[in-house]
This record gives sequence, structure tokens and C-alpha cells, in this order.
Amino acid sequence: MDLSIFIALLAATVVAGTPILFAAIGELLTERSGILNLGVEGMMLVGAVLGFIFTINTGNHWYGFAAALVGGGMMGAIHAFITITLRGNQVVSGLALTIFGSGVSGFMGKAYQGVPIVDPFKHAPVPLLKDIPVLGPVLFRHDVLVYLSIVLVILMWYVLYRTSWGLSIRSAGENPAAADAVGINVARVRYICTIMGGVLAGLGGAYLSLAYAPSWQEDMTAGRGWIAVALVIFALWNPLRGLVGAYLFGGVEAMTFRMQAAGIKISPFFLSMLPYILTILVLTIVTIRLRQEAGAPAALGVPYDREER
Amino acid sequence: MLKIRLVKRENESLAAGIVVAAVSVLLAFVVGGIFLTLSGFSALDTYIQMFEGAFGSSYALSETLVKAIPLMLAGLGVSLAFRMKLWNIGAEGQLYMGAFAASGVALFLGQLSAPVLIPLMLAAGFAAGAVWALIPAALRAYWQINETITTLMLNYVAIIWVDYLVYGPWKDPNSLGFPLTPRFASGAYLPVLGETRVHAGLILAIIIALIFYVVLKYSRWGYELRVAGESQEAARYAGINVIKNIILVMLISGGIAGLAGMIEVSGITHRLQHGISPGYGYTAIIVAWLGRLHPVGIVLVAVLFGALLVGGFGVQTAGIPFSIVLMLQGAVLFFLLAGEIFMQRRPVLVRKEDK
Repeated sequence: MDLSIFIALLAATVVAGTPILFAAIGELLTERSGILNLGVEGMMLVGAVLGFIFTINTGNHWYGFAAALVGGGMMGAIHAFITITLRGNQVVSGLALTIFGSGVSGFMGKAYQGVPIVDPFKHAPVPLLKDIPVLGPVLFRHDVLVYLSIVLVILMWYVLYRTSWGLSIRSAGENPAAADAVGINVARVRYICTIMGGVLAGLGGAYLSLAYAPSWQEDMTAGRGWIAVALVIFALWNPLRGLVGAYLFGGVEAMTFRMQAAGIKISPFFLSMLPYILTILVLTIVTIRLRQEAGAPAALGVPYDREER
Repeated sequence: MLKIRLVKRENESLAAGIVVAAVSVLLAFVVGGIFLTLSGFSALDTYIQMFEGAFGSSYALSETLVKAIPLMLAGLGVSLAFRMKLWNIGAEGQLYMGAFAASGVALFLGQLSAPVLIPLMLAAGFAAGAVWALIPAALRAYWQINETITTLMLNYVAIIWVDYLVYGPWKDPNSLGFPLTPRFASGAYLPVLGETRVHAGLILAIIIALIFYVVLKYSRWGYELRVAGESQEAARYAGINVIKNIILVMLISGGIAGLAGMIEVSGITHRLQHGISPGYGYTAIIVAWLGRLHPVGIVLVAVLFGALLVGGFGVQTAGIPFSIVLMLQGAVLFFLLAGEIFMQRRPVLVRKEDK
């Protein structure tokens, strides 16, 4: 294969992986604190629609992204209230979040279907780094949010493993009773992580509707939120592995897109099944090879009730 | 100082359950009303129009039942899995696969007479839905692979598969470009009630609900499912074969969702087409939960949600997006979950000791 095509494919991989990466990093943080949120798809959709609406009406992408952060965070807060304060079923609350998010975004976005964004989100090549052979065009000639996503991954890793905050978060997810005993406010930690998870999912959604495919379409996330949930398992709850996983899916997406454009003789229907089948395969292989949810926070999905200590 | 505390109830209270369900629906409509008002619609007018669209005439009522039938079947299907705490959220895909297989039978064996053809279509629909659920079931039973994600991913695959067929090899050459198969031979039609579209699938759904009721209440197997749902550890200790039960439950759960697909093509559309389900498989999750996983509850709630769908279709003429229905459904589920704490615990006033 021609090297320049290969480089272009890798660059497209990074961009396609970015919305999933934001969402997956957010979910990873949430799950680390012990809360399972299956509503990523819904939170992304709310982020995508709010980002789009605010950008169209203000003409400024940053207002759009800000609105997406707030919207995603509010969705996360609903999940936090139901699962932490009221100790409701985390699986069902996540499903409710997905259904509600799909409905709310479809409702609010109806008038914006097919409306084009006049002014695209600008690319911001990094000086010097952009000229490194191969690595430059693959990583350093994108928009600011691509860089932010990579910085966030490293930051998340650092916070989780090298700071006392990270220790509090991990202990809330591993053994909330012990965390409580040493004075960690488990409920507060879980609230913060669940809301932050929503914020990042909202950002991922807005990246989709503002940068990756600038437009609004009903249910435009097309399962990316669920892929992000699967990625967290694939990543064994480690942000650095999450980066690899997100780009793996980005790569498949970029490739199928190019194969269709190149007129390859596989039905586009079968190509569009690939990410979903890949998710199942990856999940299966990782779970079997690494002996059942290795690295899963021990208290993931279990409500913590102080009175039942 | 007085403070409200929640004290555990000895038994889940049925009355509290009904009150919580009713209040949840009511509050969801309040939330929907806020969104409607903010968008410049009159919430009250919209709801009145929805209500009339769903219950206002005998035709409206029959359409509500038409939409309730697939919800009953899919809802019963997922409820069985939920009882064992298996999160089968793949009813939508299982429904599509059921519709696909039943359509295959109808299209390629159409010359058969109805008494042969309909049972064959039922069997094919059940089998296809069951096989589609078997994949995540086996992965879960043998390797503990998260069934929520696998069942959901397979929804997308099934929907794309049906699209592939109706846009490609199975497309009716005379469809003027519409993504649908040729119309089935009349032997593949489910009988209908009088002049309405209410078809025999209703009887099927009620029979399955009755079987569920009896089996879950009186058989040892129903008891096994409850134990396995509470704790797989305890179930193994009690000599229950957990792997066998996971697979069996998912097969039946998927098969019944597959039947929902079969009755849609055989009773309503009479052909396979793009988007044969407006999300019945997802709505079924809420139906099952709101019906407290109880067969009778599910049948009743399915009618309510059938009405919501019909009402939602109706208000589209007033410019209100159909998404309002999904929004209301999601909100109902939130309030229901929030209210669940009152079913397990009751609020009491206690004197708070000063520290």
C-alpha cells in the first residue's frame, strides 16, 4: 500500500476514535468509583444535539461544546441521584438514560435535521510536532479536541494511579465500606465521578456532531455509546488501554468508510455491521483470555448503603 | 427534632407498587409537558389529542391493541430473562430476526395453505429469535461475557441484516424503489378481528402470558429462576444447573421476541420491510419493568404503551416529533426507579437524637 494512503487512514482513525475515546474515558472514571452507567449512548446524544443547537444559534463552537458538557453532566447527575441517593437499579437506570436521551435529543433536534454548519471546526496543527514524519500527520494535524482527548487519557491515568484523589476513587469502587471507614465520602466521590462521566460522554457526542460529522441526525451516535461501555471492559479499567481500544474502533470505522468509497465489492450493509460484530469479538476474547473481568472494580454496580455496614 | 427515615418493609407492598407506577406515569407527563411548553406547544392540547388518538374511537382503540400485541410478546420475553437478572436488551434484534425468518417461510413456501404455513412461520420466527439470543446466552453462560452489550450489539446487526434483504435480494421488483419485499400470499396472513387490524397475535400473547403465570407461580422451575436471579452462588448450592437455566431462559426470551416479529409481518405488514418495529424491543424493557415482571402486569402495561405509541403517531400531524414518546418512556422508567425505594421501604417519622 502507498504510504501516504496509509498515513491518511491512520489520521482518519484517530479522528474517528476520538468521540468514543471521550465517552469511554468518562465511563471508565464512573465505573472506577463503583457506578455502572449504561446510559452513555443517551448522554452522548444529548451532548451531540445540544452542541449542535448552541453552535448553530451562537455561531461559536465553544458555546456548543460548553452546552454539551452541561447537558451530559446533567444526565450523569440523574443517574447519580437514582443509583447513589435512591440506590436504584444501575442497569435499568442506565437503560432509562439511553431511552430518555434518545427521545429528548430527537425532540430537541427535530428542527435542526439537515441544517448545515456553515463554519467548520478549525484544525489546529501543532507547531514543530506536525512536521515529524508519519507521526506528525497522524497525530498532530487535527483539531484541539483530539489533542485534549489524548491529554485527558494521560491525566486520567495519572489521577487514578498517582494521586490521593485517585486512591479515593478506586477505593470507593473496590471496597466502599473500607473507604468509608478511613473517612472517604463514598457517595460524594461517586457523584463526582458519575457526573464527570456524563460530562465527557456529552463532549464525545458534541465532537461527533460538530467536528467528526458536522450535522445533526436522530440517533446519530449509532451505538458508539455502547461500544464505549464495551471498551472500558476491553481496557481493563485502565485509561491507556482505553486509548488503544478507541483507536482500534476508529480504525475499523475509517477503513469501512474508505472501502465503501473505493467501491470494494462487499455490500455496504455488511461493512456497517463490522463495528458491532467486532465489539462482541473483542469483548469475548478479552473476557476469556483475562479470566473474567480481571481488573473490574470489586464493588462495581453494587449500591452502597451506609446503614447496612 | 423529627426526621423522615426509610424503614425496610417486610413484604413488597402491591398497593405501594400500583401507586408508584401511577405516579411515575403522571410525573413523566409533567416532564414531557415542560419540554412541550418550552418548544411552544400546548402540553394539555397535545395530551388530549394523544388520548383521543389512542382511546377516542373504536378504531383508535383497535389500533392501540394492534401496537400493544408486539409489546406484550416482547415484554413477556424480556421479563423472563430479567427475572433471572439476565439483562437481555436484545428484544429488538430478536424481533427483527423473527420477522426475517417468518418472512422467508412466507415468501418461499407461500403456496402452502394457511393451516400449514402459519405454524411454520410461527416456528421459524420463534427459532430465529431464539438463535439470536443463544449467541449472547452461550457467551454469558460459559464465559461470563456481559450480555447487556452483546444483546444490544446484535440489535444493530439484525436491523442491518433485514435492511440488506429488503434493499437487496428480497426487494420487490415492483416496489418503485421502496425497501420492502413482495406481499405474502394470503395463506400467510394471521386472521383478524372483524374490520380491524387486531389479529390473532393477541390470542397468542394472552396464552403465553397465562402459561407464564402458571409456570412461574406453581412450578419448581419458576422457583429455580427466582433463586438463580437472587444469587447464582445460592442457586448452585441448591443444586440448580445455572448454565442450563441461563441458556434455556434466553432461548425462550429471544424466541418470544421473535414471535413478536412474526406476528407483525404476518398480521400487519404482510411483507418484510425497512423499520418494521418503531423500537418495540426497547419499549418492551419498560413494559416489563413497569409491569413488575408479572405476566398480568405486562399485558396491561403493554396496552398503555400501545396507546402511547398510537397517540404519539397521531400528534405528529401537529408538528410534534415522535421522539416525545421515547422521552416519556425514559422518564417513566426514571420515576419508577426512583419510586422503587418506597416499595421496599416505607417512610416513617423518627426523633433524631441530638449529638
